[in-house]
Formats: sequence, C-alpha cells, structure tokens
Amino acid sequence: MFEFFRSLFNPGPPSGATAKERLRLVLLSDHLSLAPDVIDAMKRDLLDVLSRYVEIDVAHADVTFEHRETEVAMLASVPITGVRDRKPPVAPPTVPLVPVAVATPPVAPRETPAEIGPPAEAAAKPVAGAAPGAGANGRPRRRRRKKSAGGPKQPTQTTLGASGIAASQA
Amino acid sequence: MLRAFDASENGVAASETAAAPLAATARGRAIVITSGKGGVGKTTTTANVGAALAALGKRVVLIDADVGLRNLDVVLGLESRIKYHLLDVLEEKCTLDEALVRDKRSESLYLLAAAQTREKEDVVTAQMKALVERLCDLFEFVLIDCPAGIEMGFKNAVAGAHHAIVVCTPEVSSVRDADRVVGLLPGDWRPELIVNRLRPHLVQKGKMLSVDDVNGILRLPLLGVIADEPGVIVATNKGEPLALDPASETGAAYRAIAAKLAGHDVPAPTVRPANNGFFSKLGALFGGRA
Repeated sequence: MFEFFRSLFNPGPPSGATAKERLRLVLLSDHLSLAPDVIDAMKRDLLDVLSRYVEIDVAHADVTFEHRETEVAMLASVPITGVRDRKPPVAPPTVPLVPVAVATPPVAPRETPAEIGPPAEAAAKPVAGAAPGAGANGRPRRRRRKKSAGGPKQPTQTTLGASGIAASQA
Repeated sequence: MLRAFDASENGVAASETAAAPLAATARGRAIVITSGKGGVGKTTTTANVGAALAALGKRVVLIDADVGLRNLDVVLGLESRIKYHLLDVLEEKCTLDEALVRDKRSESLYLLAAAQTREKEDVVTAQMKALVERLCDLFEFVLIDCPAGIEMGFKNAVAGAHHAIVVCTPEVSSVRDADRVVGLLPGDWRPELIVNRLRPHLVQKGKMLSVDDVNGILRLPLLGVIADEPGVIVATNKGEPLALDPASETGAAYRAIAAKLAGHDVPAPTVRPANNGFFSKLGALFGGRA
C-alpha cells in the first residue's frame, strides 16, 4: 500500500532500469581501465590527428577517463604550442594508424561475438576476454567516442561536450 | 537467447564424450563454480548440482577450495564426517581415499573438504592441479567450489579445471564481479552462466535486473536460472540439498542443470519465453500475480 502511494508521488524509472544503466556505466569504466594498451593506442592516434591541425606538446599531453553521473567521459589535456599553416591538411598521416582507434577494438578470441547474446544490449557489453594468457582482462569497449576534428582551432581551451573530449591548453 | 542455448548444447555434446562411463581412457570433467563476489550462492550451487548429478548416476566429487572458510560440508550435512581435508591430501598426511567423504544419501557423491584452519596461500597451485587431474581419473564430474575473490584461492581453484560455471545474482555488484571473473578465466573457455536468486515478481515490476539484462551484459551460454525462494534456506538449514526434493521447483531447476551438464537433452530452459511462461510459473512460487 505504502509503495503504491509512493509510486504515485515518485514517478520515474523503476529501480531495475536504474540498475541496468549503472551497470552499463560501471562496466564501461571498468573495461577502459583494464585495457591500457588500447588506451595507449587511442591516445597516440588522437594526438596524431590533433597534430595535423596544431602543434602540440606530446610530452605533456594527458588522456584520462572520468566516470560521471550519466556517462563516462574521455578528457584530453593537450598543450597546444602553435598553429599550423592554414592550408587544409592532407588527410592520411605518414604514420599508418593502428586499426584499433579507427574502428572497433580487437575482438578477443574467447568470445564468439556473432552468435551469442541479444545483440540489442550489445552496446553495453564489452568484448570479453583479454589477450590469451595476458592475465589482465583488458576488454576494450565497442563504444567509441567521436573525435570531433573541426578546423584549425585557436589555442584556447575547447570543450567538445557531446563527444566528451575536452582539449585544453596547458 | 535461442542461439545461446544452441551454442551451449554444442558444448554439452562435446563434454558427453569426455564424461562417458568410466573406462580406462575416460577422463572426468573438472568444473569450477565461481562468481568473484561472495555470497551469491556458489557453495549452494555446487552442492545441489553435485547432488543432482549423482542422482543421475554420475560419479561425482565436490572439492571445497575455500581454504580457511570451509562450508560445503555444512551445506551437504556432512560436517560431522570430515576427518581429513584438501591440504592433508596435498601434503600427503593422508591418502586421497581417506580424505574423500561419501555422501549420506548417494553412493556416487563424494566430498573433499577444505582445511578450516589454514590459509589459501598454503595451497601449491601445481599440487592442486595434479590432484584435480587424479580425481578426473576416478570421477566423471569434479566440481570445484571456488572461494570468493580473484586472488590466490581463485587461481588455485581454477588451476585444474577444464570448464567454469559462473554464478551471478541479478544485482549490479554481482554482475560486475562476474564480468571481471570471466575476464580472468582462460581465454579459450566458454563459461556457462547460472543466474541465481531471481525474484520473478520483482523483475515483472521492473525492480530487478532480468535474466536478459544480466546476460545481455555477460553474454554467456545460460545454464540455468534459480529462483530466490525460502526452500533454499530451509534446505541449507537441514543440510539437505534441495535438488533431491522431488516436490521442489527449485530442486527441479537444479536437476535440469545437472542433466544438461550430463549431456542429456534438456527441454528448452524455462527462460525461453522471456516474459510470460517462465515468470508466471516461477511467480506462482511466491503466490504472486502472473
């Protein structure tokens, strides 16, 4: 009875849905922190892209992940030391990109992703399994944050809110 | 979901050959029951699945790998019969035969108890592995009750196993830990999932993660679903596995799990029609509305 009244005055998602969303976020964050090699590759590629537009201080660049209330955000703090030529940059960099950051993370051998599980929820599920025998279960997420490239930026603090990437000048 | 079952049935078919009736060449199958998180029902699951397998005529040994926190003996009601334990065997203070305790109710169910006054670090992983190998020569199923955590005790419990069953309750913490544990198991395993302590009426009201919610995250072959019902507690109080109670629906769920492990063709697990059939059936346990 009490519950009935409470539900009248306190609408909102049932707690099961809250649990599901919390679980999704906590696992997202877990898997990011468990996949240092993927993070490194991502960071490298991110800096690669940025350096096509601006001169950056790679040594002092920092990429971290922050677990927030409703999302996991990638925060990149990249000191910008100068602006490049105004010419539109040639697309492909000289150094070939690691495929990881371009599209999906490496699929671990243990999973047979095509056949199991309801695909609808797949976004919330990491690709399970680490490199075999690697001990740590680095399980990269399928989700990928957009790297909003934009044109040559002024060397001021920029926050790309939607994509969760904040590039700031140090 | 359907596809998940098909996949796991393939797994069972493969195991059937491994666990064929004991012949000189037959090797038992060592399965570790694990979860990461404590208190989700690993020991209860081990006892019940083991008892149900034995009831099917399989030769089964249960190893309590929770050194220092022995409990499987209590759940099985065998606590008064323990003379020697796992470490006694590993350290050759007794023979394996002396340490194996036969179950009261079944001639084909044995228990190897954990040491109660020792620590998990006292177990030498290689010795544990060799022991499990040895037991695989004597039994068709070697079920290893893994301790909570992911440290030494977990590593020792997993060392000799060929396969894993992950027990998970529909809670954020449990799913998170199960996910972590799955990542720590050997990469070529396909652990199977038991969702434990499900409360169908809460799921119906949207107040609990559903089996699909849990397995949408973990994406493991679903071995079974066990409802959260008072009978489990009563059975544990008495030291009698619920799996042996023919009147119990939860017992039947354990028996279905055992049958599946034994390679029998189990009628589609009850979760298949995700909303109505299964939940209304389980809901009846609670006198709930379906």
